[in-house]
Amino acid sequence: MKVLVPVKRVVDYNVKVRVKADGSGVETANVKMSMNPFDEIAVEEAVRLKEKGVAEEIVAVSCGPNAAQEQLRTALAMGADRGILVEHDGVLEPLAVAKLLKAIVGREGPALVILGKQAIDDDMSATGQMLAALLGWGQGTFASRVEKEGDAIRVTREVDGGLETVSVKLPAIVTADLRLNEPRYASLPNIMKARKKPIETVKPADLGVDVTPRLSVLKVEEPAKRQAGKKVGSVQELVEKLRNEAKVI
Amino acid sequence: MKGDNVVDFALTPQHEALQEAIGRICADFGDEYWLMRDRQGGFPTELHQALAKGGWLGVCMPEDVGGAGLGITEAALMMQTIAQSGAGMSGASAIHMNIFGLQPVVVFGTEEQKQRMLPPLIEGRERACFAVTEPNTGLDTTQLKTRAERRGDRYVVHGQKVWISTAQVAEKMLLLARTTPAEQARKRTEGLSLFYTNFDRSRIEVREIEKMGRKAVDSNQVFIDGLEIPVEDRIGEEGQGFRYILHGMNPERILIAAEAVGLGHLAVSRAAAYAKERVVFGRPIGQNQAIQHPLAECWMELEAARLMTMNAAWRYDSGLECGAQANAAKYLAAEAGFKACQQAVMTHGGFGYAKEYHVERYLRESMIPRIAPISPQLILSFVAERVLGLPKSY
Repeated sequence: MKVLVPVKRVVDYNVKVRVKADGSGVETANVKMSMNPFDEIAVEEAVRLKEKGVAEEIVAVSCGPNAAQEQLRTALAMGADRGILVEHDGVLEPLAVAKLLKAIVGREGPALVILGKQAIDDDMSATGQMLAALLGWGQGTFASRVEKEGDAIRVTREVDGGLETVSVKLPAIVTADLRLNEPRYASLPNIMKARKKPIETVKPADLGVDVTPRLSVLKVEEPAKRQAGKKVGSVQELVEKLRNEAKVI
Repeated sequence: MKGDNVVDFALTPQHEALQEAIGRICADFGDEYWLMRDRQGGFPTELHQALAKGGWLGVCMPEDVGGAGLGITEAALMMQTIAQSGAGMSGASAIHMNIFGLQPVVVFGTEEQKQRMLPPLIEGRERACFAVTEPNTGLDTTQLKTRAERRGDRYVVHGQKVWISTAQVAEKMLLLARTTPAEQARKRTEGLSLFYTNFDRSRIEVREIEKMGRKAVDSNQVFIDGLEIPVEDRIGEEGQGFRYILHGMNPERILIAAEAVGLGHLAVSRAAAYAKERVVFGRPIGQNQAIQHPLAECWMELEAARLMTMNAAWRYDSGLECGAQANAAKYLAAEAGFKACQQAVMTHGGFGYAKEYHVERYLRESMIPRIAPISPQLILSFVAERVLGLPKSY
């Protein structure tokens, strides 16, 4: 089967995020960008399915600026076979991305789409679910284990209070949680091979999708600075402060 | 504005991918790992194996033997990244020889030799040491004494080598030995032959040299007594070994320069981080110009050395003459690296002298690129003679 893996270009997880001076968003100029870590887990899972002989072809797709080719190359170096860049410079909301992915699914006909459970920049955790709804496919979200079983896929989900196992009929959507796997480091031979793998570029208009934002961001601001803690001398003092200062008991 | 006439100093996306991937592997080997290796010794096998598994040891080996077919530019980026990750010279020296040392085999070996010798090295199944330097000849390589006598289809070797890194663990050795007595050789530079052969410990005695730093990667005295080398392990023609070995000299200078730059940047970033945090007299010490300025100066000198290193690497990869640039890069990088490490210790004050702050280890290691593989004085003599056209002084 063919597996589609969407990957997002985000600010690297090691970077200390700074808010733009005008409060319109976070600073991304001259900031190290990487593949969303949950998407890396998704790519890794697809590559493992291919290594097991379950998947035949892995197509990585990214919706974003031209520079998102770098993240596609990373996916190709990890083992994806080819890439598709849906090039767009402005803001892309989850619904727009889900619509773009639906169009790509229509062209490519994958049996499985594996996405990261959320992107670490906006933390929406919405694209996978929206895509499932738009396609009318079943979904196994927050997956910590994925196995193919006949014409279905068995997904172990991390839910509050434990693990839930669901069987989802193919074609299906899976979103990857942190403990699904540990992504591999790209090897040098694979980085070299990735250079020769094809990346196709399309525009949202080519796919007939309107990506105009439907939300407007009012303000982005830094979280309030944490106040220094206080030391207490005794349990009595602690209880007194909890009661009278913090007013929590 | 970009045009055909613009010199481009930017790293390519592929170079960035390389750095990123190497950085990730090295991140698994943290400061505590290197502190422990420095204390206890013992080859950093785990790093060597992790890099071998990722195919990194073949960075500048040809593709038909399993390498990546990249240049010294990429190898230099890789070595800088390893040193800068916190691994310093302990990490860099553990693989240094294995990535460039067999260039003479790549260039002058037969097809059979390349297929036999290179893949095990790239895959990390074998490690090689570089047996050239001798106790009584130093940098006067053409005068080396180790004798390889032809007997039928073998050579029998007797002699002594010194400062042979990784001889404790190596399975293979690249050996330069005399096959024609000096007085019978047609030229000073002839009469030496190059071999790549098994490190047969029944005929070779290895004595480790206790040294100032880089305890993890052993340096040794090597005594060879009756080592037999089959003719098929000789690289190229008999008597031409010195010419072959010269082939690897410039790449080695470039890589060691990159390692020194990496070590220096590591020291500066650690010192800057400490200077930001350490509060004395009610403010971070890094707010004082006496702390800031020397570190800023170190950064600038390291960057200048890095540019010279990349320039030399680019010239080598482009097939241009690069002797002056490679030597200049090694000189500048070694001095800048040493100065940066020293400044990092001074920035830390008393804590800089404590092992757990790591910078004293860097300072001890920073002496290596200054001394090896050639002294700064000999580089100055070389540049004076070959670039400035002054009379030879030695």
